[in-house]
Amino acid sequence: MNAIRKRDLIMLIFGLIVFGVLQGMISAKMIGSFWQLNILLIGINIIMSVSLNLINGYTGQFSLGHAGFMAVGAYVGVVATTNFGMPLLVALILGAICAGSLGFLIGLPTLRLRGDYLAIATLGLGEIIRIVIMNIDYVGGAAGFKGIPHLTTFPWVFFVMLFTLFFIKNFVNSSHGRACIAIRENEIAAESMGVNTTKYKIMAFTIGAAFAGVAGGLFAHCFYLICPASFTFLASFNYLIMVVLGGMGSITGSIAGAFVVTFISAALAAWPEFRMIIYALALILLMFYRPQGLFGYMEVTNLGPIKRFFDRLKEAK
Amino acid sequence: MDFMHQLVQQLINGVSLGSIYALIALGYTMIYGIIKLINFAHGDIYMVGAYLGFFVVTQLHLSILPALLISMAITACLGMIVERLAYKPLRHAPRISILITAIGVSFFLEYATMYFVTPTPRTFPNVIDNVSFNVAGFIINGQQLLILSITMILMAILTYIVQKTKLGKAMRAASFDTETAQLMGIDSDRIISLTFCIGSALAAAAGVLVGVYYNTIDPLMGIMPGLKAFVAAVLGGIGILPGAVVGGIILGVIEALVSGFLSSTFRDAAAFAILILVLLVKPSGLFGKNTNEKV
Repeated sequence: MNAIRKRDLIMLIFGLIVFGVLQGMISAKMIGSFWQLNILLIGINIIMSVSLNLINGYTGQFSLGHAGFMAVGAYVGVVATTNFGMPLLVALILGAICAGSLGFLIGLPTLRLRGDYLAIATLGLGEIIRIVIMNIDYVGGAAGFKGIPHLTTFPWVFFVMLFTLFFIKNFVNSSHGRACIAIRENEIAAESMGVNTTKYKIMAFTIGAAFAGVAGGLFAHCFYLICPASFTFLASFNYLIMVVLGGMGSITGSIAGAFVVTFISAALAAWPEFRMIIYALALILLMFYRPQGLFGYMEVTNLGPIKRFFDRLKEAK
Repeated sequence: MDFMHQLVQQLINGVSLGSIYALIALGYTMIYGIIKLINFAHGDIYMVGAYLGFFVVTQLHLSILPALLISMAITACLGMIVERLAYKPLRHAPRISILITAIGVSFFLEYATMYFVTPTPRTFPNVIDNVSFNVAGFIINGQQLLILSITMILMAILTYIVQKTKLGKAMRAASFDTETAQLMGIDSDRIISLTFCIGSALAAAAGVLVGVYYNTIDPLMGIMPGLKAFVAAVLGGIGILPGAVVGGIILGVIEALVSGFLSSTFRDAAAFAILILVLLVKPSGLFGKNTNEKV
């Protein structure tokens, strides 16, 4: 028990060091505004991919509608801050509650479906959410919501991201998380061992949706305008690709996936005509040569030298 | 009377649109039936078909029928090449890997096409005379007649291939149980390849017909019809050919009714709402049989 806490503490300190370095570089104006925005996006995408990984990777429920929940969080958040003058934290929590409740309501009937059917149903639901938002004049319809205060700053993104990572990591390592992994491995076997599969599937789906709502709230306050076109199923594909690239069932993998995908698309922004072609080819080649993703089921704390370091800590105890 | 008139008019429009969905859905359902893959790239194959038809008509100055045939032939080869290069190496990989590959292929086709033909939409030339027939007060235009007749001819040919030929028998066997079919001496790789070939040709035909119908094509035109065709395939019962046709036409009619009587912005939502209703009420589709899962 103690060793695990210590491990958490070390990862937290490591996280704070990364934060300190990046924040220092931003304050010293060593990073231009383009890359500053991309650092924010990397953080937001990490929240998206880790929360999607909980649904897709750990629980094995193929969801393709994650951008829909993000849209809910984003629109609830901007209405709360812009129209009601609430602080960002309240907006994020409201967004999480709305997206999570919607995830619960949607999950209740759809999670009975399996595999491809669930994938296509969640894709459809994500699109329905987007089309409904597009038809609400109160939030600007298809033209988008304008005049959003620019509230998302690097510390906000970083600490919300850190909270998400610790929350999901602890969930996965709890008995609830183990039940989710059992469902992924074999749903029928899990059920016969007494795991309430419906309950845990909905639990994972709701938590994933809530964090997508948080990410949506942060995303919306990065820009002055958001429009429903940012939340199409292509965006959901993008988050799925981050999860698969990093490794389904690895939090480290989701971080790496979000980082790599966001970084590559930012780096190739100067060649928009080739960007998607390279991206598509990279995706196909990855599936050929490393279908389990960069990390597979591995976490960074399980990798050779780092694991030895942690083991030594444990022995020293 | 006025309402009834508009209703029937929308039904005519819906059936024309629906038969295009049906053509795409046939390819989807055949491919899903045989290798259990939601081929996200199928909508883009349809887009490539539309562009090929466009270039045959504008550059080679041929009429619509040769354009249709040339486009179908080239796209059929494209479908086989895609299968051979992208899906065949992953035949025994986890399903998600193939699905992600399909998404990759889809992006590749979209953006490679965009690179070659630029993202600006093209105007499909008028290939048939602008005639419209007045049947008992209802207007059917030349394009709709063309779509309906070509769709019916293609479906008749497909039915003949699937039901009467040895190839069709092998396709049905492979989609029923690939492993057993292989044990019976059916070369399943060849059958899968031919399934992609036929499915892609049908999608290309749909692409050219859509070009004729709506007069405009662009590199991302395949995304939505592709998804909706999958909805149609699920609605009719995935893997079942008549189901795909019926599903496609029902979907087209509902879309036409929604955009005619409610609002065209809810058109896409209607398709997905139907999908979710079907999945919740009868996941096996209208024509499907329920199968129990075995441990």
